[in-house]
Amino acid sequence: MAEEHLAALAGGRAALFGAVHDALLARLDGCAGRERAEWREPGRGEDTAANLLAGCRSWLTELAITGWRGVDHDLVSSADPTLEALLARPALRRQAVLLDGLAAELRASCPVATLERVPARRWADLWTRAVLLARGAGEEEPAETVSGRLLVLGVDVHEHGTAVQAQVHGVLETRDAARLVRTSVTAAKVDTIVGPAVWRLLTGHPVLMGALAGRLTLNLKDMPLLAGGDLLWHDDRASAGEPADPFATARVVLPRAVAPPVPPLDRHPVRIAEPVLLEGYKARRETLELDGTTLAIDTGRLPACGPLTPALVAASTECVGLMRWDGGRWAVQPLAVRATVKKKPVEAHTGDWALGPADPKIAKAEARTGDAVAVLRERAGRLLRA
Amino acid sequence: MIDGADDGDVDGDALERRSAVRVVPPARPRKLAKVPFVELADGRLQGVVSSGSDLRRVYVSSFTAGTHDFSCSTNNNRPCGGLYGRPCKHLVALANEAVVQYGLERVARYLRVEVGEGDTLVSRLQGQAEQATAAAVFSRFLRHLAYLEVPDAVAPVPEMHWFPASGAAV
Ligand SMILES: [Zn+2]
Repeated sequence: MAEEHLAALAGGRAALFGAVHDALLARLDGCAGRERAEWREPGRGEDTAANLLAGCRSWLTELAITGWRGVDHDLVSSADPTLEALLARPALRRQAVLLDGLAAELRASCPVATLERVPARRWADLWTRAVLLARGAGEEEPAETVSGRLLVLGVDVHEHGTAVQAQVHGVLETRDAARLVRTSVTAAKVDTIVGPAVWRLLTGHPVLMGALAGRLTLNLKDMPLLAGGDLLWHDDRASAGEPADPFATARVVLPRAVAPPVPPLDRHPVRIAEPVLLEGYKARRETLELDGTTLAIDTGRLPACGPLTPALVAASTECVGLMRWDGGRWAVQPLAVRATVKKKPVEAHTGDWALGPADPKIAKAEARTGDAVAVLRERAGRLLRA
Repeated sequence: MIDGADDGDVDGDALERRSAVRVVPPARPRKLAKVPFVELADGRLQGVVSSGSDLRRVYVSSFTAGTHDFSCSTNNNRPCGGLYGRPCKHLVALANEAVVQYGLERVARYLRVEVGEGDTLVSRLQGQAEQATAAAVFSRFLRHLAYLEVPDAVAPVPEMHWFPASGAAV
């Protein structure tokens, strides 16, 4: 099997899932009355990583020839040198984070032959993306720079053993328009940094973290914006403004915001994460009853680094969340809820602890285990440069 | 090592059909000062234990799956002085911290050891002292630490949608 055949296979699979994605998103846009902008191919810088990407391709080819059931420790470890080199190149972070996540799962599952069941859909998705990313394309250039007011809707946190991404969804108000945008910051980590400690890895973005924790608006000046609606966050081009209620943003501003187009490579059902406001529902443990229909709650996407819990969601009456599709069904991933607990109104957002946990119980638990980030940084300082 | 507990009803079919299913359970939080690095890899429970007296010295300790043979030496390959035919205090600390990080069941399964109720893991690891090279584990530890020196990225990583953060308390 040659590399080109596998690339064709990956391309075919991506096209199939792309079509499913488009149909799902069109249906969702229709229901939400959401207008979506047209995709325009951005400019790209020079592709400077040919050798490294060739290394990725040969490992991915090896994986495909071996098959999941044949994966052993040696095959997983053979990706290590490539991974190390990828991590050193900021322009290749997507590929690095993806392959590192896949390799860790394969390593933990070794020898795969002894597994009862293989997460076939998932690993095929990850392999497909890695193959497409490894075909190479220069770094995407921003479509424009923007200035205006960013009203935060909420933050979606993604995490595996060696990476954490905080992806903020919000509405950008410029002089003449309101646009639905995202902005993301990603830090490398290790598996022992978990829970609220992950925020300590993101302290290099104090204005953004302060706005999440304090529920503040952000004033942006000349912030780069990618064609797919992602602001490239520069903390020094932002300042915190007035308090802003994400529920009010979702109710008043979100309905008139224009949604961004989806970059071709990102057209996959799992990448659908559309902000919505849900209210007037009846919550149960796993589902919401809304206008006579039942919507699943994606409790598997409630992060340990924030105050939202399944119990709080089950007690909620209002929710700002992301619509998700996986396993053949829609689900809502809550980013913020309003609930009544012991007859008192409670409000919680995933980003509430971005500057440290506000809940004394959690802060105490954190103090018990100590500051994992500080301990490991001390060890790194002493041993890496010894 | 497949954890189907991410939303309570992930059965085998869901594991095969879903894209964002969790495969590696997250590590549980623990104190890192004494044992900064623990892993189940290369057929061993292995890790790095900080020296109590010298901040620059660390011990590299390991138990081998199946045989339960153990080794402990400094990162410069000097044998640990506390190793007399049974696990030294570094090995005891390694085993205890592994249980905190991964849970007893996962560690015991990896090492292929039966741990009865009331037993500690280390009391059931009755192998012999063996020679093992500290260099490989130590360099994996340095690679582990090097992650903390990778600069943050601000370009989006859409691939992370396959890796949702989870684990909120119930
Ligand atoms: Zn020792």
